[in-house]
Amino acid sequence: MKAIEVKDLTRKFGDFTAVDHISFDVSKGEIFGFLGANGAGKTTAMRMLCGLLKPSSGEGRVAGFDINLQSEEIKKNIGYMSQKFSLYNDLTARENILFYGGLYDIPYKELKIKSERLLDRLGLGPYANKLLRDYPLGWKQKLAFSVAIQHQPMIVFLDEPTGGVDPITRRQFWDMIYESAEGGLTVFVTTHYMDEAEYCHRVCIMVDGRIAAMDTPQSLKKKYESQNMDEVFRKLARGAVRSPDVPGRGKR
Amino acid sequence: MIKMWLIVRKELALVFRQPAILRMMILMPLMQLILLPLAADYEVKNINLQVIDQDHSSYSRSLTQKLGASPYFKLVEANGDPAMARRNLEQNKADLTLNIPAGFEKDLIRESETALSIEADAVNGNKASLGCAYASQIIGDFNREVREKLMQLPRFNDFPVIEVRSSFWYNPFIKYPLFMVPGILALLVTMVGGLMAALNIVQEKEIGTIEQLNVSPLRRYQFLMGKLIPFWFLGMVSVTLGLIVGYLVYGIVPRGSLLTIYFFSAVYLIGALGVGLLLSTLVDNQMQATLFAFFIIMFFVLMGGLYTPIDSMPRWAQILSSFNPVTYFIRVLRFIVIKGSGISDLLVELRSMLLFGIVLNVLAVMNYRKRSA
Amino acid sequence: MTIKEFKHVLRDPRSLFFLLAQPVMLMLLFGFALSNEVKESRVAIIDQARDEETKKLTDRLDQSEYFDVMGHYADPSVVPALFEKGAARLAIVFPPHFANDLEHLNAGQIQVLADASDPNTAAIATSYASAIFGAYQDELLGLMKLPYKINIETRMLYNPQLVSAFSFVPGVMTLILTILCTMMTSVAIVREKELGTLEVLLASPMHPMQIVVSKAVPYLVLAMIDVAVILLLAVYVLGVPIRGSLFLLMAENTLYISNTLALGLLVSTITEKQQVAMFVSLVGFMLPALLFSGFMFPIENMPWPLQWISHAVPTRWYYRIVNAIMIKGLGLASIWKETLILAVMTLGLLVLAVKKFKVRLL
Repeated sequence: MKAIEVKDLTRKFGDFTAVDHISFDVSKGEIFGFLGANGAGKTTAMRMLCGLLKPSSGEGRVAGFDINLQSEEIKKNIGYMSQKFSLYNDLTARENILFYGGLYDIPYKELKIKSERLLDRLGLGPYANKLLRDYPLGWKQKLAFSVAIQHQPMIVFLDEPTGGVDPITRRQFWDMIYESAEGGLTVFVTTHYMDEAEYCHRVCIMVDGRIAAMDTPQSLKKKYESQNMDEVFRKLARGAVRSPDVPGRGKR
Repeated sequence: MIKMWLIVRKELALVFRQPAILRMMILMPLMQLILLPLAADYEVKNINLQVIDQDHSSYSRSLTQKLGASPYFKLVEANGDPAMARRNLEQNKADLTLNIPAGFEKDLIRESETALSIEADAVNGNKASLGCAYASQIIGDFNREVREKLMQLPRFNDFPVIEVRSSFWYNPFIKYPLFMVPGILALLVTMVGGLMAALNIVQEKEIGTIEQLNVSPLRRYQFLMGKLIPFWFLGMVSVTLGLIVGYLVYGIVPRGSLLTIYFFSAVYLIGALGVGLLLSTLVDNQMQATLFAFFIIMFFVLMGGLYTPIDSMPRWAQILSSFNPVTYFIRVLRFIVIKGSGISDLLVELRSMLLFGIVLNVLAVMNYRKRSA
Repeated sequence: MTIKEFKHVLRDPRSLFFLLAQPVMLMLLFGFALSNEVKESRVAIIDQARDEETKKLTDRLDQSEYFDVMGHYADPSVVPALFEKGAARLAIVFPPHFANDLEHLNAGQIQVLADASDPNTAAIATSYASAIFGAYQDELLGLMKLPYKINIETRMLYNPQLVSAFSFVPGVMTLILTILCTMMTSVAIVREKELGTLEVLLASPMHPMQIVVSKAVPYLVLAMIDVAVILLLAVYVLGVPIRGSLFLLMAENTLYISNTLALGLLVSTITEKQQVAMFVSLVGFMLPALLFSGFMFPIENMPWPLQWISHAVPTRWYYRIVNAIMIKGLGLASIWKETLILAVMTLGLLVLAVKKFKVRLL
């Protein structure tokens, strides 16, 4: 079974087609990068996969469940971290872990033990009772990722997870992603940092709601005779019609 | 159940960690409960009356004195100058002018009939008509005294007299706070419960944490119940706070049982929170929520019978107000606090409040989308 | 920049709807639904005599527009239950042998029991009942002409039909302007603070004052539209005249709008959260504006500390000005004092707000 299978997935907002008949699949344990300019449709596509948005047409299965009919089943088997920071600033690190863990039916005793272990691993032990608002952004992002996968989902969706974070923290963040992928977690990540694309097993580049290219970073660079992913992307995006900031980009 | 408690615990932690909001929740009720009943005294008294006495007779002077002695009127100086009197009316320095024409006393004695004229600033129609009525009443009394004196009437009753004795129950001294405090309390509970709950959810929408909840297996009713319970609790706290303020500031002790008050508050809050939850599903940001809430609250307040009696409304407006949950709660609180009514007297209201609670919350749950269409 | 703000406001049709619907709703409710008149009060008749006289008196009550007889009872002990359920507002108790007493002893006694939980309506309904009984008695006296009579002629100035709309139109205007200008402006600015976009704007080459002004302009325009809507409704639907100069009225409106905008600005400089800005506007400005304008609550009945405070509330002065221009038809000569007070307040608030804004941000 593939972790994600999608066929002809489409989403329209009125006359505007944000995602236009895209098809792909992602294997278990793969780190799958979803690239594109602002407005290319990557967030909309991801929201459909997570069960936050209904597809206009097309089919797909996430973790073996139908995205049209079984969105609630999907939610039990995925983790999600969005570009907006999504933990509660007025709760402590420990409270955030316990709160979100509880939502995924992790038994309380187990959760208690796990949360302490998690705090230790992140080196947050001494600060566990501080409100999150006082944390530096990098720490928050790492915590958010750990919280998103603490219920051991099959797939984790990361929507521009490293926005606004310094390069060193970004590096550490990707180490965490690798570590989890080795443990069998499937990672679906959107980003517009092209250097991050190099870290992915496979990338999919979206332009104007369609998939412009999909392969491993190495093959893409070879195919488009480029030094790095940034060049690949620029060559592909040259023909883009949509300017960034197209209205209706899933901001609902 | 466990998940619901998770949300409840989280909400309570969040509320108590935002001192500004906590302060608001305590301050707002206090301000309103202390100020509004003090201000909302509709009794028409202290009417500013000016007398233009062009007669300068002993009768005109004693009439002026009689009017000035009444609790309804305060005499304003106009120096007998009609132009100045007019200016006083224009500038709100006087509400009523009594003109006593020259020859007032002479006509009364010789012709057995005389005339006076009253001019009222009728921008506030209610005050003007009551002012005129009071003045006429006092002048009528004066008339009777004069007549008795002039006629030397023997003091016995030769004709039938109907004596009307009136007594005011529950509030014999016509104290306005007793009437206003329960009404304002009802309004406050609505604001604290409904408005705060709505703003809270909309805030999660704005920050984006609601997405994180929406991708979790949390059920819709679990989420909404989790939000409802802490604000229900806060609403009950504000009832308690209100009753304490009512006692300390105005010395109001509910005539009915506290248990009945809490019972109805508990039922009502479910409906008020339903309004808030429903509202939060209809708007995107706090600004919209504020405007929307404002709109609704104005409607609730005006149509709920807080300031003007519902019985005085035209039929269509009365029907409209029967769809206003606040109407019932204002009525219930007033009845329990002032008259000591019990649950058996308020079954109709109880039924309506339950109905509102169920319908509004079901609508809210149905309207809340984890997945946008 | 101002254009961007306009777009913000216009792109949000729901907010726009409420901003425009609010004054319409208030005008219609005040104009047609709400009234202080006490009519058709439900009255219970406790008739222990059941004779000709009591029957006539009961009919008199029932025929009057002020009363609606809800039931006849024989025993006064039912009264508490009726009041506790809210079934009756007044109970009239006729003693046994009422007609007999009236005829032979020349004295009939009627008891009027009122549910005074609503003191105002209770007092008014009671006085109506007394008046009806009094009129009946006068008829018994047989319309004899009394000697030494003082006739009273009353004239209602400015509002002869006693239309209640006259007093609330200015009130609704103050209410709407406070919501729009003070609350919306402050929330709009604080919102940008909360979302962090204000810093971005401040980092731009624009002068901070420019930013603030451009945030306020759309609300100013909306406020003007709302004022126009209110005036049109007042004149054409509710029949309230504008007796004074329209130009003067609009000038005064502009002055008051600047005042509320300055307040909104001030609120935005002292708060960091939208919810707090909203509550400060509500409790700090909305409530006093309602309380002290003289629109809903009579100022002269308030305890003196409140009356004293009311002088510091701009709304009080504005309400007077609008009343004087619209309904009394007076010119600037009669209201220059109020106008001056309002202008000084506005200037003071603006200076204070700008100072605060600079201290905070520069």
